[in-house]
Amino acid sequence: MTVNITLIVLMAAFFAAGIYLLLERSLTRVLLGLILMGNGANILILAMSGGSGRAPLYVSGTPAEEYTDSLPQALILTAIVITFAVTAFVLGIIYRSWVLGREDEVQDDPEDHRVRTDRGAYDHEDDAELAADTSDFLEQDDVVNSGSTAVRGTGL
Amino acid sequence: MIAADLAPLAVVLPFLGAAVTFILIRHAHAQRAVSISVLGVTLLIEVLMLVNAPSTGTHAVRLGGWEPPFGIVLVVDQFSALMLVISSAVSLAVLIYASGQGVADGDEDGPVSIFHPTYLILVAGVSNAFLTGDLFNLYVGFEILLTASYVLMTLGGTAPRIRAGVTYVVVSVVSSMLFLIAIGMIYGATGTINMADLAVKLEDVDPATQLVLHLMLLVAFGIKAAVFPLSFWLPDSYPTAPAPVTAVFAGLLTKVGVYAMVRVETLLFPGDRINSLLMVVALLTMIVGILGALAQSDIKRLLSFTLVSHIGYMVFGLAISTRVGLGAAVYYVAHHITVQTSLFLVTGLIERRGGTANVDRLGGLAKLSPLLGVLFFVPAMNLAGIPPFSGFLGKLGLIQAGVDLGTPLTYVLVAASVVTSLLTLLVMARVWNRAFWRSTEDVADPDPILLASKADGSSIGTSRHVTGEDTGRFAGKNPVTLLPRTMTGPTIGLVGLGLALTFLAGPLFTLSDGAAQEMLDRTPYIEAVLGEGADR
Repeated sequence: MTVNITLIVLMAAFFAAGIYLLLERSLTRVLLGLILMGNGANILILAMSGGSGRAPLYVSGTPAEEYTDSLPQALILTAIVITFAVTAFVLGIIYRSWVLGREDEVQDDPEDHRVRTDRGAYDHEDDAELAADTSDFLEQDDVVNSGSTAVRGTGL
Repeated sequence: MIAADLAPLAVVLPFLGAAVTFILIRHAHAQRAVSISVLGVTLLIEVLMLVNAPSTGTHAVRLGGWEPPFGIVLVVDQFSALMLVISSAVSLAVLIYASGQGVADGDEDGPVSIFHPTYLILVAGVSNAFLTGDLFNLYVGFEILLTASYVLMTLGGTAPRIRAGVTYVVVSVVSSMLFLIAIGMIYGATGTINMADLAVKLEDVDPATQLVLHLMLLVAFGIKAAVFPLSFWLPDSYPTAPAPVTAVFAGLLTKVGVYAMVRVETLLFPGDRINSLLMVVALLTMIVGILGALAQSDIKRLLSFTLVSHIGYMVFGLAISTRVGLGAAVYYVAHHITVQTSLFLVTGLIERRGGTANVDRLGGLAKLSPLLGVLFFVPAMNLAGIPPFSGFLGKLGLIQAGVDLGTPLTYVLVAASVVTSLLTLLVMARVWNRAFWRSTEDVADPDPILLASKADGSSIGTSRHVTGEDTGRFAGKNPVTLLPRTMTGPTIGLVGLGLALTFLAGPLFTLSDGAAQEMLDRTPYIEAVLGEGADR
C-alpha cells in the first residue's frame, strides 16, 4: 500500500491542534478542536485508501488496480455529515450556555464540590428552589425550576 | 421468507414513526398514539424474530441486494434478537411512562414537543447498532443514537442540563472519533469493514498491529459502556436529564457499548490475549463504582454509580470468555437493562411524590404510598442479587464460570463480585431506610409535597392540595396528579418483566447459552454472511 506523506503530515497537524484545543475550558475552542479532530480522522481514512487512481467509473478494459478506492470516500462523506450535525448541535449548546450564564466556559459539577467538601446534602441558601425564568423557548407564565426537576410544558 | 428477514423493519419502523410524529408535532394526542403503536408493532416483530432465532440459526439480511462483503448486512442471531426484544420492551415501557407524565402534567397547551420523534430515532439507532454486521454501519448506528441522546439530554435547556450536556456531548464525540480512527486503521490493515470478512482477514494481520486495533476499539466502546477508568462522565451527566430519559439512557446506551465490546471480543479478536487486562478493568469498575454510590445522597446519582459498578459484572463475564461465562454475561445484560431502567422510573415517581430525589429530605414513603414501596423494593433487591431474583441467577452464573476457570485472578474477581453485591445491598438498604421506613418527622428539610396529607390522614392525590397557589415545583394552571396510573402502570409492567426474567430463567439461560455457543463458534456468523465454506 502506498501512503501519501502530505496527508500524514496534515493529519498529524490536525490531531495535534485538535487535541490541544479540546483540552481548553472555553467551549468555542473545544468545538474548534472537535472539528479539527474530525477532519484529521477523515484525512486518516483517505490516507488509508491507498494511492490515487482513475475515477471509479467503469470503463471496459481498465484493470481493477487502476481505479481509486471509492469506499473510503463514501465513509468520509458520511463522517462529514455526522460531524456537521454534531457541530451544529454544539453551537446551539454554546449559544444556550451564553444566554444562561454569559460565558462559554465548561462548568464544574456542583455535586463534586459537595462530596469533596463533605457538606450536608441539602443547603437552604444554595438549594432553595427559585424560579429561574431564563428560557427563550417557554411561554411567559411557564416557570422553569433551577433544579434537576422536570420542566413543565416540554413534554416531560 | 423467514422471521429474521423482517430485521430491517426494526430500524425502519421507528424511523418512519419519527417522521410521522414530526409532522404531527402540534398534535400531542396523535403523536403519543403513533409513537406507542409504532414501538408496539416493532416489539411484536422482534419477539417473532427471537422465537424463531434458535431454530433458524444466524441469518444475514443483505441490504439493497449487495453481495457481502461489499454491501451492508444486518445479522440476526440469538444474542442480537434477545437484545432487540429486551431493549424494545424497555423503551416501550419508558415511552408510555413519559407520555403518561405528559398527560398528567397537562402538556396539551404547552409548546411543540420534540420528545417523541427524538425518542423514536434513539430506538432506531439502538436497533441498528444491535443488528448491523458492518463496522462502519455500527458507527452510524452509534451516531444516530448519540445525536438523539444529545437532544434528549438537554431537553428544556435549563442551566444544569446544559452543563451536563456539554460533558456528555464532548466525551461522546471523542469516543466516536476514536472509533472512526480505528475503523480507518482497520480498513488500512485489511481492506474491508464487513465484520464477518474482518473475522477471517484479521487473523492474517501482524499480531502487534492486531493488538493496537483491538485496544483502540475497546477504548472507544469502553467510553460508551462506562468502564472504569472511562466512566467518569456518566454520573456527571445522567442524573440531570428528565427521569424517563435517564431511565432509557441507563438501561440501553451503556449496554450498546457492552454489546459492541462482546462482538469485538468474540468475533473480531477471539483468543484470550487481553483477558487478564479485562478482568482487572472489571474488578476496578465494580469496586470503584459501588464506592462512589456509597457517597451519594441523591438517588439518581447513586443509581448512576451502581450502573457503572454493575457494568463490571458484564465485563467480567466477557473476560472469562468460556461458554458458561459468556452465557451468564448475556443473561446479565438482559437482567440489568430491565432492572436499572425500572429503578430509574421508580426514582422518577419518588421525585413526584416526595418533591425531591435527595434521600436526606425524604421519609415515610412506605406509609404514604405502599405501592411505591413495593415498586422500589423489588428491583432494588433484584439489583443487589438477593435470591430468587434474576440478579442472583446472573451473578451465580458468573461466579460459577469464574470458579470453573480457577486462576488466582478469577478468584479475586469472584470475591470482588460478592463484595460488590453486598455493598449494593447496603446502598439500597440505606435508601430504603431513609426514604421509605423512617417517619416523616425525622426528616430535616422535607419538601412541602412530601408532608402534604388530607385531614383524615390519607395521602393527597394532586399537587393543587399541597400549596393551593401557583408557586413551587408543580406550579401552573391545573392540579397535577402526583402518582397517575399512566406512570405507575408502565413501572409495574417493567418491574414485572424483571420478575419474569426469574420465572423464565430456564428458557432464557438456554437461549443465552446458545447465543454464547454461537458467538464462540464464530463459524455460523461468518457463514451466514459470506456463504458456506468462507471460514477456510
